[in-house]
Amino acid sequence: MSAQNTKPDHLVLLVATRKGAWLYHGDAARQSWRVDGPHFLGHIINHLVLDPRDGRTLLAAAKTGHLGPTIFRSTDLGQSWQEAAKPPAFGPAANGLAARSVDHTFWLAPGHAAEPGVWYAGTSPQGLFRSTDGGMNWAPFSCINDDPQYRQWFGTVQDGTPDGPKLHSIIVDPHDAQHLYFAMSGGGVHESRDGGQSFVPLVDGMDVVEGFDPTDISFHDPHCVRLCPSNPDRLYQQNHCGIYRLDRPGSIWVRIGRNLPTEVGDIGFPLVLHPRDDRTAWVFPMDGTEVWPRTSPGGRPAVYATRDGGSSWQRHDAGLPASQAWWTVKRQAMTADRQDSVGLYFGTTSGELWHSLDEGRQWSCLARHLPEIYAVETAYPG
Amino acid sequence: MRVLIPSALHSYTGRPWVDATGATVTALFDDLERQFPGIRFRMVDEQGQVRRHIRLFYQHAMLFDLATPLAADGELLIVQALSGG
Repeated sequence: MSAQNTKPDHLVLLVATRKGAWLYHGDAARQSWRVDGPHFLGHIINHLVLDPRDGRTLLAAAKTGHLGPTIFRSTDLGQSWQEAAKPPAFGPAANGLAARSVDHTFWLAPGHAAEPGVWYAGTSPQGLFRSTDGGMNWAPFSCINDDPQYRQWFGTVQDGTPDGPKLHSIIVDPHDAQHLYFAMSGGGVHESRDGGQSFVPLVDGMDVVEGFDPTDISFHDPHCVRLCPSNPDRLYQQNHCGIYRLDRPGSIWVRIGRNLPTEVGDIGFPLVLHPRDDRTAWVFPMDGTEVWPRTSPGGRPAVYATRDGGSSWQRHDAGLPASQAWWTVKRQAMTADRQDSVGLYFGTTSGELWHSLDEGRQWSCLARHLPEIYAVETAYPG
Repeated sequence: MRVLIPSALHSYTGRPWVDATGATVTALFDDLERQFPGIRFRMVDEQGQVRRHIRLFYQHAMLFDLATPLAADGELLIVQALSGG
């Protein structure tokens, strides 16, 4: 997040869960936290994001059980909410392709600093949407939603994650508002240089499940892609098949996760980058063996950090359960703040919120007994 | 006509029974949307399909066709099936 319009002494954790949203207001030392919530109790909240450009526009991607999906908007940190007048929705059938309906909005991304009010949204099934008025009205964005080639790469709803295939990791290059990335589970990583008028795959170097053809974009399953805040020419990626780094203008992803311990592996969902050091990243490996239990490997959760761009990795588990902890962390549920000693935060599938104030070396539990946590973001209200 | 709104949508209407007009279900939903902005998309998707667990009852029978004509003095019951944990 950018540094403008912020009060570094007021950090808020935005926690989105399967049953609602919570805000945790921290003090300047990040030692005491005031809980505000639940908001939208009983709603599925997939993402909760504060606009770093104005420090006040808060968007929530919501779905209520079997009701249709929508977006809620607040400009007073959740004291009041207003529903989007036009939530993300696909257009009518086009190009001879079957019509689709948005099941839920999965990912929210504020636009470029020079484009106030612009937001992007990724949905399930895969779709890319844009708002130019701070999230009140959304329209299909770019050609991909109804492009025959992209439709083929999307696969069917049965090809994606258990609750539907997702478009995620929407990234706007801070140096160029026309330079965009997004990723899909499944369907690869894609890049645009023309403000989204066209996209091309960016998957060279990425592995796919053994026996499948890596030249088929639909077989690629990036779980989380992040762009370094301190170096927009460097991207990291946690994939279904390993951890990668890409240094632009290069276009070949390099697998950097092979040095993690064999018994841990380099499979997982979240990936977090240091706000000021492009060599430092954190991941949360999970068990991706055999039937894919999607738990902490061996029931012993740990964060792994690299300080050298992925050449080596260090295990950080101090304070975390030493055994019999079978939760894991979803792709949007781990994040960092911008303090001098970077704070890390993650929410678990078992509803616990953990934090570290020393870049992952020591962990403590901030909250327990929440619903399954889908997303955790940090925010600095203006 | 009188329309029964399921509890999950009371945040829009503030009450279980509302009055709305329309010669068909589609027209009646248009009126509901006019009165309670946002409510239609929670029940009907962008392709005009009633969402999976929404059920409509009119004259003691379930209806699926949004073009079904409605009588001004009838009652439409909108029900949201509950499932899952």
